[in-house]
This record gives sequence, structure tokens and C-alpha cells, in this order.
Amino acid sequence: MAKILIQSTTKIMRDVCTKELVNDAENGVWAKELWEVLAESGMLTVAVPEEMGGTGGSWADAYQILRLAGKFSAPIPLAETFMGNWLLADLGVDATNEPLAILVNHLEPFQFRKGQEGWIVCGAATSVPWGRNAAKLLVLGESESGSVLGVMSPEAVRITSGRNLAGEPRDTVEVQDAIIPESFVFKVDPGKVHERLLFTGALCRTVMMAGALERILELSVSYSKERTQFGQPIHRFQAVQHHLATLAGEAAAADTAAQSAVDAIEKETAKASISMAKIRLNEAAGIMAPVAHQVHGAIGFTHEHILHQSTRRVLSWREEWGTETEWGEKLAEQLFDLGDNELWSFLTW
Amino acid sequence: MRSLPSPSGHFSEKTELTRAEVREFLRLETQRGSFVPKCDTWLSGFSPEFSQKLGARGWIGMTWPKRYGGHERSALERYAVIEELLAAGAPVAGHWIADRQTGPLLLRYGTEEQREHFLPRIAKGQCYFAIGLSEPNAGSDLAAIHTRATKVDGGWIVNGSKTWTSGAHHAHYMITLCRTSPFNPEKRHEGMSQLLVNLSAPGVTIRPILLTTGEHHFNEVFFEDVFVPENRLVGQEGNGWRQGMTELAYERSGPERFLSTFPLLEELANRIRQSKDKQQMVQVSKLVSRLWTLRHMSIGIAHMLEKGETPDVAAALVKEMGTKFEQQVAEIARLLIPSSPSLDSSNRLDQLLAQAILHAPGFTLRGGTTEILRGIVAKGVVGK
Ligand SMILES: Cc1cc2nc3c(=O)[nH]c(=O)nc-3n(C[C@H](O)[C@H](O)[C@H](O)COP(=O)(O)OP(=O)(O)OC[C@H]3O[C@@H](n4cnc5c(N)ncnc54)[C@H](O)[C@@H]3O)c2cc1C
Repeated sequence: MAKILIQSTTKIMRDVCTKELVNDAENGVWAKELWEVLAESGMLTVAVPEEMGGTGGSWADAYQILRLAGKFSAPIPLAETFMGNWLLADLGVDATNEPLAILVNHLEPFQFRKGQEGWIVCGAATSVPWGRNAAKLLVLGESESGSVLGVMSPEAVRITSGRNLAGEPRDTVEVQDAIIPESFVFKVDPGKVHERLLFTGALCRTVMMAGALERILELSVSYSKERTQFGQPIHRFQAVQHHLATLAGEAAAADTAAQSAVDAIEKETAKASISMAKIRLNEAAGIMAPVAHQVHGAIGFTHEHILHQSTRRVLSWREEWGTETEWGEKLAEQLFDLGDNELWSFLTW
Repeated sequence: MRSLPSPSGHFSEKTELTRAEVREFLRLETQRGSFVPKCDTWLSGFSPEFSQKLGARGWIGMTWPKRYGGHERSALERYAVIEELLAAGAPVAGHWIADRQTGPLLLRYGTEEQREHFLPRIAKGQCYFAIGLSEPNAGSDLAAIHTRATKVDGGWIVNGSKTWTSGAHHAHYMITLCRTSPFNPEKRHEGMSQLLVNLSAPGVTIRPILLTTGEHHFNEVFFEDVFVPENRLVGQEGNGWRQGMTELAYERSGPERFLSTFPLLEELANRIRQSKDKQQMVQVSKLVSRLWTLRHMSIGIAHMLEKGETPDVAAALVKEMGTKFEQQVAEIARLLIPSSPSLDSSNRLDQLLAQAILHAPGFTLRGGTTEILRGIVAKGVVGK
């Protein structure tokens, strides 16, 4: 499946996810056509079994699609929709082709209480990716009878627009006495759901960053061949070659780290691998973005040029689902748990 | 670059069994005190006894055909064995070059007689090689070498000198790159050949060049009318440059390019585990993440070598990033734990740190400097 998926996703991204579309999205235009094409080709429900309304395929397939979305700066909540669909599948709910948002980053914890027509929900979350565009919100909260996950329509919510460095929607979503019918509220183990979201979220951003970093390398290499100064293409200058080597090395490391984490998703080592990969990708982003801008000179610093679509994204995604420090702390806990001289066996699991 | 494969860290079950065997062997050897784990032991850990033990276990020449004393194991199995040895800081310098470079070179380009003569002895851990590339006026620019071999009846007469030759004072032979045709400035890479020079032959003089630490590792090697028999030419006359470049892919991509300071990293983690300092462990986590990534990249290349590909750009890339990482380990370790690094300290961290700091400048030089490697990578990504 993977190879065909990559080919068709690449084609869709090339044809539909243009520079103009990405710029327009930044100005608030919803990338409707891109979403619809992906929905029609079944890309939004990968890794959900067919009998649950999904396309089938593996998580690894889904991460391949996300990597391409990252590479082409696709301005849509693809990661969030994948994550939402996977959560729903766990609860026995069929997959959807509508954009999803997950309310976890609690400003005011969500409270569920029983009302006459179903559950009444109050609470608020910040930095919700594409909150304003979501057709369904997955709300994780507390009720008298324990933790629950509710699936609600966005009608009764108040949205305050916010954005990340790349101009992607990161909204505040307030819910005041919204009503969710009984059948759309599920009991969950909050610890498990939070953990699942955290690791999946980090892995989604990791692969998206790997894609975007590949783009940054490609743009820099081709620019260095086109741009001439002092009578020759700038890649002939050794100082510029060193920049290219740095970019190539970091992009390769980023790709390897992301791919290795994806390879580990079904293994015992998944948590450690995802922690290490997110740390490494965040570092690579911090190293590559400034170097790529240096290679591009002033043109790369303009809105006109496409470079910023990728650099601003990786710089934002570094912070989302955990910085190097936050993941470093998690990994540190695992390292504390080892015995003396067990670091090597940890690395070679 | 494009050719850097999606790696997979998966080793077969059989390989994992071998790994476990090596680990157990190393545990017993350390317990027995047959070696003290050190940093950078593939350069400084010379122990013929240890090399022979490894040979007896079948852990040298692992991938070579059985008829030459090899063991017909996969490149990945070999990879697992050598990374275990390096991580444990075991003394492997004696046979390292012979196992890594000379064996594969002879299998690819050598004559039947050369294979039968050298490979079984290398595999037993009894025959060591040195690399004779650098000369006083040919470092990064290897095509500038002057050492020349002149055809005579039944062989060659070699004159010239080599420098920075690792372990020549222990080695039995040197794979020597020399000019067999006069230098042509238009075609600098032509007219070179590789000869297997017996280092105990008359006319060979080996003089130590001491490292900054006073350790004897390097040498200057002089050839004065040294006779090399005809059957010690490797491959084709004049093809030395190409053969040498193939050799470099083996030389550059292995785990020795990022594990030289691993014993220090391990000890650092041990110490912080005792002090329970979370922020310090976060710093270690970042190093661990880098190392994890490098290892997967390097395994990706091992897969390519297994398939018979020559991943020279990818190998240059791993070498460049890996050796910087090795240096970084030393720098971060010294910032995290106040210490008084000293080679003869009885404190393990102080000692490992001293080895790492003092050997560090060599990491980014040996096997091609960072600057040269970056040039290779840049040209690789720009393409034709
Ligand atoms: C520990 C150690 C072990 C070694 N073992 C061996 C061995 O066993 N056998 C052997 O043959 N050699 C060995 N060497 C030698 C090693 O291969 C050379 O040191 C290396 O190739 C660099 O050559 P050089 O020292 O002459 O430096 P130079 O080539 O003189 O370089 C000096 C500086 O100039 C830079 N430079 C040179 N040319 C360029 C260029 N075109 N573009 C950009 N920068 C450039 C270099 O990167 C470096 O920073 C060893 C070296 C070390 C440190």
C-alpha cells in the first residue's frame, strides 16, 4: 500500500497544495479543495479498518501521508483528524472525513454534568489546531461518574482566533453549557488517553517536520544552483557548500530519526523512540532554519519566496507536543530507571 | 544524499544471539580484568592477546568466505559485533584496519594467492595492517603523493615516505598507495597503485611521532629501495586511486565514527543517576537522542554495503556528524560534572574524560577532515 499512497499523495499535494493555497490559508481561507480531494481518495481515514468506515492500511502508511503534508505545508488539520479518528476507532465509533479538533490543552477543565437532553458541558482549551475549521470537537473531561470523552458539534462554542508562527490556526475554544446527546459521550481512562495523545501528537509533528526539513534542503540546493554571484553559482563557494552539507546532514538525521520512531510504533521501544525522535527533530529544525535562510539571502526573508512556509512551520512545530526540554525530561526519567552501564542495552533494544 | 536509505534498526534474531554472546564474553573479560574499558580503543587499545581471542571466537573476518578463514556471516552481524566491542571500550586496535579495510580490499581486488596468504591470518587476529596514504605534502590532497614504485625484475622498488601511519610499529604490512607512473598534473588521479609492503623488509624505517599526550600511536615510515615482489600488487597497476576510494566507504561509515567516546557517556549517565540531577540527565538525553539517530543512519549504510552498493556520500555524512558528536560528548560531560580530567586519575570519570578530551582533535581529522567530507556531501547533494 505504502508506495501507491506516497505516489498519489505526492501528486495531490503538487497539484492542489500550491504556494498560493498555503498563503491564502494563512489569510483565513479554508483549503476546501485540498481537504475534499484527500477525503475522496480516502486519505483522511487511513489506519482505521474498513469495517469502521476507514480506508484500512497501517499507522506507518498514515505517517507517510503526514510526512508529505508536512513537506508541502498542507494547511489542514490532517494530524488532528488522524488522531481523532484513531481515538474514535478505539471507542467503536466510525471514522469521519470531516476535520476534527481535540480539546485537551485545558484552560478550564471540561466539566460534564447530566441534563435532560443529554450531557451539559463547560470548559475551555487554548491553542487548539484548526479549532475554527473543525466540524467535530473531541472533548476530554470529567463527570460525576469519572472521565469521559464527548464528541460535539461546534455550534455552541465560542472561538477566539489565534495562530502559531506559521499562521496556522491555534484557537481558544470555550464551551458554555453545550449539550451532547448521551450516545456521543464515552467513558475513558484519562491517563491512557492523555498518554496516547501525547505520544501520537509528538510523532505526528515529528514526521511532518521531517517532510518540511526535506523541503527546506531541496529549496536550498536548487537555489544555490540558480543564484549566481561573482560570476558563478553560489554552490561553488566553499562556505556555501558547508551550509549545504549542514542542511543535508541534519535533513538526513531528521529523516532517519522520524522513520526509526515510526518503525518502532508497535514495539515496546515506542515511547523511548518517539522521545528521542522529537528531541532530534526539534534540534534539526533549530539548526536548519537559520542556515537555509542564510543560503537564500534576502529573497528567502520575503513573503514572496516559498521558504518561509516551511521554516516557520518547523520552528512552530518544535514547540507543539513538547520541546526538547520537555521530552528530554521524559527521556531522563527512563535513563534514571536504568541500572549502571545499561545505557548501551537501552540504545540497542 | 538521495541515496541515504531509510534505515531499519532491525537485526535478525540470529544477530541478536551473536550480540548477546559478545556481550557476555565482554562481561567476563572485564570481570577477569583482561582489559580496562577506555575511550577510543580502536586507535589506542592494542592487545594481540585480545585480538587473537576475538579471532578464535570467529569475530574477525566475519563476512569473508570460509575458505579464507572467514565465517560467512552477514555485514549486519559483523556490525553488531563491532559496535558491542566499541561500546565496551575493548582493545581492538591491533586487527581493526586489517579486518575493516584490508580484508574487503583483498576480497574485491586481490589475487587468489593474496587472499589465501593473508585472510586466514587476519581472521585469526594474528596479522595486522597499516594504512599508507598520507605523506608530508599530501594530506587532504592525496593525489599529491610522491612515494613511487619502479618496476624491476620480479617486482617493484619503492622509495619515499608516509606519515601519520597509525599503528605501523605494530603492523606487519602496510597497504601503500604509491605512484607507478610519473605524476601528470592534468590527470592527477591516474598512475597510482596499491602495494602490500612488508614492514619488516630491508629498507623500511619506522619512526614514532608521539601524540600530544606522549602516547605512541602514529609513525613516519621511510622506504629506501624497498623491494616488493610482483605478487604484492593489489588489483590493477594504475587503478590505486579508485581502489582506495572504495576502501574509504568501509572506513568512514562504521560505528567507530560515533562511539569513540561512548564509555565516557555511559559513565556520565551512571554518575548522574547517582546524583539524581534531573536537568543534567536532560542534557544526557539530548546526547542519547543524537547517538540513537546516528546509529540508525549508520545501520542504514551497513544495509547498503550488504547489498554491494558504495554509499560514499552517505558515509561521508555519517562520519562528519558522528565525529562531531564524539567531541560533543566530551564537552558536555565536562560542563555537567566538575572534574579534574587526568589520564592517570583513579577516578573513572576523570580518566575517561581525559582520554576523550585529548583524543578529540583527531576524531575530525582521521579518515578525511570535516572540511573535505563536507565538500563531498555538498557536491553529492548538488549533483551534476
Ligand atoms: C588520529 C589520526 C590517525 C591517522 N591515521 C592515519 C593512517 O593510519 N594512515 C594515513 O595515511 N593517514 C592517517 N592520518 C592522517 C589523516 O588522514 C590526515 O591528517 C588528514 O587526511 C588531513 O591531512 P593533513 O593532516 O595533512 O591536513 P591538511 O590536508 O594540511 O589540512 C589542514 C586543514 O586545511 C583544510 N583543508 C585542506 N584542503 C582543503 C580543501 N580542499 N577544502 C577545505 N579545507 C581544506 C583541512 O580540512 C584542515 O582543516 C591520521 C590522522 C589522525 C589525526
